[in-house]
Amino acid sequence: MSNSDYKKPLPALEGLTQEFYGFCREGELRFQRCASCQAWRHVPREMCAQCGSMDWSWEASSGRGKLFTWTVAARPLHAAFADDAPYAPAVVELDEGVRLVTEIVNCKPVDLEIDAPVEVIFDAVTPEITLPKFRRTGL
Amino acid sequence: MANEACIVGIGETKYCRGEGSGMSQLALQLSACSAALADAGLKARQIDGIMPFPNLGSAEGFAANLGCENLRFAATINMGGAAPVASLQAAGAAVKAGAADYVLVPAGWNGYSGRRAAQTLSEQVSSIPGGAIARDFYFPYGLTSPPQWYALMARRHMHLYGTTAEQLGAIALAMRKHAQLNPNAVMNGKDMSLDDYMASPMITDPYRLFDCCLETDGAAAMIVTTAERARDLAGSPVRILGVAAGQPYPADEITNRKDIFMTGLTIAAPQAFKKAGLKPSDMDFAQIYDCFTFEVLQQLEETGFCERGEGGAFVEDGRIELGGALPVNTHGGLLSEAHVLGMNHIVEAVRQLRGECGARQVKDAEVGVVTGWGDFGDGSIAILGTA
Repeated sequence: MSNSDYKKPLPALEGLTQEFYGFCREGELRFQRCASCQAWRHVPREMCAQCGSMDWSWEASSGRGKLFTWTVAARPLHAAFADDAPYAPAVVELDEGVRLVTEIVNCKPVDLEIDAPVEVIFDAVTPEITLPKFRRTGL
Repeated sequence: MANEACIVGIGETKYCRGEGSGMSQLALQLSACSAALADAGLKARQIDGIMPFPNLGSAEGFAANLGCENLRFAATINMGGAAPVASLQAAGAAVKAGAADYVLVPAGWNGYSGRRAAQTLSEQVSSIPGGAIARDFYFPYGLTSPPQWYALMARRHMHLYGTTAEQLGAIALAMRKHAQLNPNAVMNGKDMSLDDYMASPMITDPYRLFDCCLETDGAAAMIVTTAERARDLAGSPVRILGVAAGQPYPADEITNRKDIFMTGLTIAAPQAFKKAGLKPSDMDFAQIYDCFTFEVLQQLEETGFCERGEGGAFVEDGRIELGGALPVNTHGGLLSEAHVLGMNHIVEAVRQLRGECGARQVKDAEVGVVTGWGDFGDGSIAILGTA
């Protein structure tokens, strides 16, 4: 659904955030991983809070995880989402241990279940921005 | 004791919706400041410290309007709704250190007639410490507003501990019941039953409309000084027995906390009780920042009134209502009095300790607790006592 009429809020393409979404545009979900202690992290940070190292690389995620929690937004609290309600912003915990805010796409809000298995898909919402979203597996 | 900090003045405006306050946000807050000055028996020129609420005015602006010609301490604690109680700590430290003699702490807004309270953070998210993270990683998915952020925690708590909608409803009902005893509460005269609560429209699961704080116009203010100076004033000072603030980790991102229920209060509460030499069971009342019902339950757990996961059972059977073991939000709180950014919780705590609460007075109240909650779970807590 890539089009110029997309009115929803978009991330600012700056610094590490730009790098994160740049990989998504290539169809890759990558998170930072500390080169020293191997800890994964999200959201992007300059430094490893576990060991203090500033050496890291973008490592490919398995793209698989489980539903950690969600809410069903029945009343949109931002005008850009007026036509979407009810929709379900969710938090997914990847197998690597990091969590990210996302949306579950193939599942009605009423069917959301904590710990349900999910896997990443990529939604190119504009020519510049691709958002990682998730679909429930094993349905 | 001589070098202890005290609250010596409180003030508030009428709280309303409908046609609104008819005043600017600054004028509204200045009215509350004037009321606090009169309550303390102080002149504006004696105020030499001012701590405005984040994004709601400058100390310079307050001083210029009020006539505070001797301003020498100006600061804002950037913790959203946790700011007023956290300011109590900073104001107390300032007067004890001699940085100021009398510190004025105002808060208030036209949260109904102006930009609606519900819109404030979604339109101004860059103003909070985690704002850029929310913009880049939450907003694209429609996670744009505090009830949605906190609902993520509430949903997980319900899953892990079996917390129910009826238990969240018990919190909303207690606040509403207390508002019937408070003429300045916006929900005074509007009873609510559990059926009304359950029938209220879903906003963001599990939050129904009546799980959410009000949007109102109104302002409140307090004045802090040392116990020594308080002795020269006419009124009864309320003692700050222990006060602390804290941040969750990480404070700027709400989903990657090792312990998803950990808030600033988890760190702050034990410190405040230790400073006061008291424990949760000593409290005669609790004014808990009630932006949403689950946050009351969560703060009761993190303050140590009950164990993690027991909050649901704790709020049942009228335990948090007047006459129960721990009356919570005797004024009606943000849910049923007004959303005055938590400053109204401090005002109510002071009134309870002065014995000025009339029909909603907690009998023989000598010590109570007030909390603040802001941004992605910043926390603050003060234990207050009679002089």
